[in-house]
Amino acid sequence: MIEAIRFILPELFIILFTLSFLMIAVFSNGKALIEYSNNISSLSLIVAALILIYGQATTTEPVMGGYYSSNDFTSFFKGLILILSALILHLSDDYLKKNNLQVFEFPILINFSIVGMMITISANDLLSLYIGIEMQALSLYILASFSRDNAKSTEAGLKYFILGSLSSGLLLYGISLVYGTTGSTQFDLIYETIMYTDTLLGLQVGMVFIISSIAFKFSAFPFHMWTPDVYEGAPTPVTAFMAIVPKLAIGAMFAKVLFDVFGGVAHNWQLILVFLSGGSMIIGAFGAIAQTNIKRMLAFSSIGHVGFALMGLAAVSPEGLSGFIIYLFLYSIMMVGIFAFIINMEKDGVLVTDIYLLAQYSEKRSGVSFALALILFSLAGIPPLAGFICKLYVFMAIINSGMIYLAVVGAIASVVGAFYYLRVVYIIYFMDREAKLDGRMPFTHLCILFVASVAIVIGTYNLLGVEPLTRAAAQSLIY
Amino acid sequence: MDFILSLITFLPLLGAAIITLFVQGSDKQASENAKRVSLVTSLFVFFLSIFLLSQFDTRESGFQFLEEFLWLGFFNYKLGVDGLSMSLLVLTASIMPIVFLSSWGVNKRVKEFLIAFLILETLMIGVFVSLDLFLFYVFFEAGLIPMFLIIGIWGGKDRVFASFKFFLYTLLGSILMLIAMIVMWDLSGTTDITKLLEFNFDYKPIYVMGIYLPAGIQSLLWLAFFASFAVKLPMFPLHTWLPDAHVQAPTAGSVVLAAILLKMGGYGFLRFSVPMFYEASLYFQNFVFFISIIAIVYTSLIALAQTDMKKLIAYSSVAHMGFVTIGIFSFNQQGLDGAVFQMISHGFISAGLFLVVGVIYDRTGSREISSFGGLINAMPSYAFVFMIFTLGNIGLPGTSGFVGEFLTLLGLFKENSAYAVIATIGVILSACYALYLYKRMMFGELVKESLKRISDVSIREKLCLYPLVILVILLGLYPNIALNVFSPTLNILIEGLE
Repeated sequence: MIEAIRFILPELFIILFTLSFLMIAVFSNGKALIEYSNNISSLSLIVAALILIYGQATTTEPVMGGYYSSNDFTSFFKGLILILSALILHLSDDYLKKNNLQVFEFPILINFSIVGMMITISANDLLSLYIGIEMQALSLYILASFSRDNAKSTEAGLKYFILGSLSSGLLLYGISLVYGTTGSTQFDLIYETIMYTDTLLGLQVGMVFIISSIAFKFSAFPFHMWTPDVYEGAPTPVTAFMAIVPKLAIGAMFAKVLFDVFGGVAHNWQLILVFLSGGSMIIGAFGAIAQTNIKRMLAFSSIGHVGFALMGLAAVSPEGLSGFIIYLFLYSIMMVGIFAFIINMEKDGVLVTDIYLLAQYSEKRSGVSFALALILFSLAGIPPLAGFICKLYVFMAIINSGMIYLAVVGAIASVVGAFYYLRVVYIIYFMDREAKLDGRMPFTHLCILFVASVAIVIGTYNLLGVEPLTRAAAQSLIY
Repeated sequence: MDFILSLITFLPLLGAAIITLFVQGSDKQASENAKRVSLVTSLFVFFLSIFLLSQFDTRESGFQFLEEFLWLGFFNYKLGVDGLSMSLLVLTASIMPIVFLSSWGVNKRVKEFLIAFLILETLMIGVFVSLDLFLFYVFFEAGLIPMFLIIGIWGGKDRVFASFKFFLYTLLGSILMLIAMIVMWDLSGTTDITKLLEFNFDYKPIYVMGIYLPAGIQSLLWLAFFASFAVKLPMFPLHTWLPDAHVQAPTAGSVVLAAILLKMGGYGFLRFSVPMFYEASLYFQNFVFFISIIAIVYTSLIALAQTDMKKLIAYSSVAHMGFVTIGIFSFNQQGLDGAVFQMISHGFISAGLFLVVGVIYDRTGSREISSFGGLINAMPSYAFVFMIFTLGNIGLPGTSGFVGEFLTLLGLFKENSAYAVIATIGVILSACYALYLYKRMMFGELVKESLKRISDVSIREKLCLYPLVILVILLGLYPNIALNVFSPTLNILIEGLE
């Protein structure tokens, strides 16, 4: 058993750190501790990432009695999650202080949800998968309603909680059906059972339940309803966190469940994925057109991007899987950049989210506007930016699998989607109104924005070197 | 010498970087410096392209000055030129210095303006020299960003509508092309254009969703490429973005749009649609002729009714591009020669016309034809320059416009004489609208008080306009200087088709 600890070192470190931090924070009354709590836990996440890179063992076999796995795929996503969450924790610091939300529980909840996500990614058993999902979701429910006095935030939390529990119920039901028909909850055992038997009705129903539930967490059409409301209501740092980090974790888990558990019956779920993907792209593109709240707009945009990413999974091929991973990776980079800006949208000392307040922003801050415009063009998928390259990858994968019609749907969706990204560029650059935003971005936030925008330009050249990593990750899933 | 194409392509980008990094402040001096940097950069590119032309072996078939690097595993960075791309490269490189010179009077966000144009130059040259499908797409599509900003920031009153229309029309076309490109890659296993030109795409008839496609998968691919190039060119009925974009764009933007960006459509037809999907092209030949004829006659008639100078010239551009498509799709030497010649000639003539309109717009702030009249009394040299471009636009023998139109009509006549007769009406109509415009603007008494003190063209404007005048006449009198460059390439293309 002691041997197995090598596989869960980063998780252990975060849990120990968070619990001790909680204890210290509860019993000491130091203001300084609260003041720095975000940055301290941000650092702890960096340390965990370092432990992950240098200390964690990987193996192709399941570990911890079959409940857990640790391979290239999980390490890639865990590392990404840790680094991005550290950045977001740092970004949230200023916002929380300005809104009097600065309490030590915030980073602790974030840390717990990160541990949940890491468990989700690494799970090799439907039960550990469920535990991981619940752990991250419970923390996120609280975080969504973190601004207690704000009606919208409370509403967001409650909505998220009720719908989230419904989907958890679906997941549990699906798990029980799968267990009932295959006699196991461990991924590799289920995989083998399915390979050597004819199609089982109970398994199919269970699979659909599980996929629906994951699609809910992934905010894919037709389970996307909660996304705009929750994104809008939740405090901006939480929105940033929810738009980026859980997307990665759930995405990784989605790929894992599809390929590791139901890999043998791909023909059964491929059409479901096509439906999820096509619907999400269309809803994301058309839903965002009418939005004037930037958070709500990004919620629809994230639905659309989820659709594009799922296109990679729907291809059911190694290229598709690697395209899916690349898509999530570049999407998260662009989103971090854009949220580094949104967190600082401020007018007369009040934080705002109306996109029309960005009018003529480029007159005042040409550098920031340019970086932001680059990211927006990249989200719209215009070459030569990285957003185009990742779209190209999934398009290539899906066409390679012979489903040109989905690619055509994606093409139309990206033209419609281009409209609302361009509208933001238009407001920033050429709307005839007085510049209203007057907030200043702290230096580190500027850095994050600029690094993200430079990354998407350089990303065109070599995808920031992640292509071999994603191939390795995809390899470790498909065997 | 090995990297001369990359040098030409990315030199403007370097100029943009220099302006970003080293030209500080926004005062008069700084913008003056930025203008100088951009002018010098574009002149450098121009001289390099002339040097390249002198080194270019017109007798050799195939692509020259090849460069190839691995990029992202499945597609390469590959550059090279043949006669076709060479001539369009020189066209681009020679128009850009004039563009920068003509925008000396810009005073709103000068640095950004110049940077946008320099980036646009890199992307336009990249389109013509890239020999990889996806590289081509990257350059082709990325050009939308600077042009969107140029129309949107420095444009006229309705610039927002025009810029969005421009962007979304073009994006829809090109994203369909992207899908076709991926399908091509999937079928052939390569993205190298030189290899794809050798590859035979299947043209066995198939049924897609119950629809019979006589040229098989080729027709689908052809249609996807057509969607992109027909928007870009533009062809009837997808041309409506062009008048809007032209009217709203600043003068320099209009010049680039008319002289170079439209040519990408014609280049695309010649590079992809015709040689790679010949069977489908044959199948759709009549269809292309039909809409081209409509474009020529219909847009000429619309041009007659315009009251805005820029709009009139924009519609005349659509009509002239109609000649390009009929030339390309007649699949014979005269037709193709004429099409490419028409593209080059239209590049110079339309650039000249938009500059001429820009001159008068700078002085009066108006583009309404009715607000002028009798300008010949106050601006004799202006009237002379305008006359040359008008005659070129009509296609008078002795100007470059004649050679292009004549050759394309000849080519069309060989293929289908009935269409050729109708297309000739377009030539007459172009004389109608162009001369009518000239008459309303230039002749008669100078009655308007405000126009009496108007100054003639300045030295800077002469420097912009006279080279174009010389080129229009030179190419009209001795078309071989251009024909020698691209005719052998087109000859090989035609021989490859049979």
